[in-house]
Amino acid sequence: MRSRVSLSRKLFNVSNALFLTGVTLLGIVPFLHLLSISLSSNTAAMAGEVKLWPVGFSWDAYIYLGEKVEFFRSLRVSLERVVLGTIVNMLLVFLTAYPLAKSNEQFGSRTVYVWFFAVTMFFGGGLIPTYIVVVKTGLIDSIWALILPGALSVWNVILMLNFFRSIPKELEEAATIDGAGHWTILWKVFLPVSLPSIATIGLFTIVGHWNAWFDGILYLNSPDKYPLQTYLSTLIMSMNSMMTAVSVEQLKVLENLSEKTLRTAQIFMGALPIMLVYPFLQKYFVRGMTVGSVKE
Amino acid sequence: MLLPGVVFTLIYAYGPMAGLVMAFQEFEPLSGFFKSDFIGLDNFKYVFQLPDFNQVLWNTVLIAVCKMVLFLLVPLILALLLNEVTKSWFSRFVQSAIFLPFFLSWTVLGGIVIELFSLNGPVNALVSSFGLEPIMFMLDNSWFRTIIIGSDVWKGMGYNMIIMLAAITGINATLYEAAEVDGAGKWKQMIHITLPGIAPIVIVLSVLGLGGVLNAGFEQILIMYNPTVYEGSDIIDTFVYRLGIFSQQFGPAAAVGLFKSVISLALVSATYYAAYKYNNYRIF
Repeated sequence: MRSRVSLSRKLFNVSNALFLTGVTLLGIVPFLHLLSISLSSNTAAMAGEVKLWPVGFSWDAYIYLGEKVEFFRSLRVSLERVVLGTIVNMLLVFLTAYPLAKSNEQFGSRTVYVWFFAVTMFFGGGLIPTYIVVVKTGLIDSIWALILPGALSVWNVILMLNFFRSIPKELEEAATIDGAGHWTILWKVFLPVSLPSIATIGLFTIVGHWNAWFDGILYLNSPDKYPLQTYLSTLIMSMNSMMTAVSVEQLKVLENLSEKTLRTAQIFMGALPIMLVYPFLQKYFVRGMTVGSVKE
Repeated sequence: MLLPGVVFTLIYAYGPMAGLVMAFQEFEPLSGFFKSDFIGLDNFKYVFQLPDFNQVLWNTVLIAVCKMVLFLLVPLILALLLNEVTKSWFSRFVQSAIFLPFFLSWTVLGGIVIELFSLNGPVNALVSSFGLEPIMFMLDNSWFRTIIIGSDVWKGMGYNMIIMLAAITGINATLYEAAEVDGAGKWKQMIHITLPGIAPIVIVLSVLGLGGVLNAGFEQILIMYNPTVYEGSDIIDTFVYRLGIFSQQFGPAAAVGLFKSVISLALVSATYYAAYKYNNYRIF
């Protein structure tokens, strides 16, 4: 195909590769910088000597982190939240998507229910009324406040029901002839053949629960119930709220007040699980988009 | 089977919608939605005359519009450039690096950005190496706004880029071969084949983006801002949060929220209708 490669084309290829390498570095360097700070000595980190490689290499921040009660407590809450939240979310997605995947002939009032769920994607009560409802349902300061308000993701239901619809009708008919009811068909026929899309939706649900932090700030009163990301956000926000200093000197003092290496080590640990599953995330993301693009 | 889903949606999606009546009430948490007194539009009047409100509205629209435009332009340019890369391992590697921040939370990314732009952080080291005075990025209204916009583009650009790249790959290869036979260079091929080929998806993406014109990035700004830069970065959502949760002015806060929801709904409906007209696009 490329019979004649002109000089200008070569020039373009080289500068294009250089530019894209630059963009790539923009994606990687910040994380390298974070990691290097967490592995440097605290004095070097505070003096701003650390760039892309640890200065005065030390594991101290991570050793200290190993003894930090708040960190492990919030890590446990996060794990609890991810497990509970993913189970609740996925169950509700299955239960809701199955009937909605039926045709209008099989399920008479389907359209009504579809609209009932779809409306919530476009209009909501907003922050304050939702907060009041969570207060009134007695969830404040409980881990369920992080799980139940977002228990049903309509978007995931749409992905799932589109996949259910692509399952050949014959499978369901054969099961019905063998005497299977709807529950058996859902658990024994539909779910086993839907594993790829269950993996996609499940992975994104897990990441969503791991990353969520604001609902913890909003609905939990006691910091000892905070999940990891909420705990991290308090570290960062408490730094910010001090930032009203006027002079350069004052700001420098403030920035050094909190232990930098420890803070960066904790932030890095918050990102680590995501980075570990990132190859899967990327693969399933593209797949999820193709599942979602199946239209009625 | 639908029962659990319906119950949760009723309580936590329709409950708050019904709770929007509080926007018209002198809301007392103890009396609840039913017993609080109705005061008509007083909450709205109160909020609209607040001196900060115009600034907040302006910030929201300014930040959101900048983000919207960049979320189309930057991914488009990257996708076009990536499409010219012939080594597939290099292309995959670049895509992975660009897409990574998309999956991380704003706590992690906010922490990183604040560190990068801190007074003795790497960016200021770069500034000093040019012999300039260090800049207090996080305390300067216009710098901070730029950082908010830039870092959100950094986090989110991978998403649109992957979608656009998929659209480019989907263009029929025989078109390029025919163009080559006709003597069209790479540049001409891009203008006359690639761009028209992905125009539909770009239109859909931009039209859908319009619906979010009042979403300027709540979690991001909440974690990164500080009182010194409220003037340049306070948006509707952060304003509602402080008014409602900190100052406990539930009625006025709900009124601002309702104001935003209604405008957003109107924009979303209009844009979905437009997307449907243009491209037969439907989400369900």
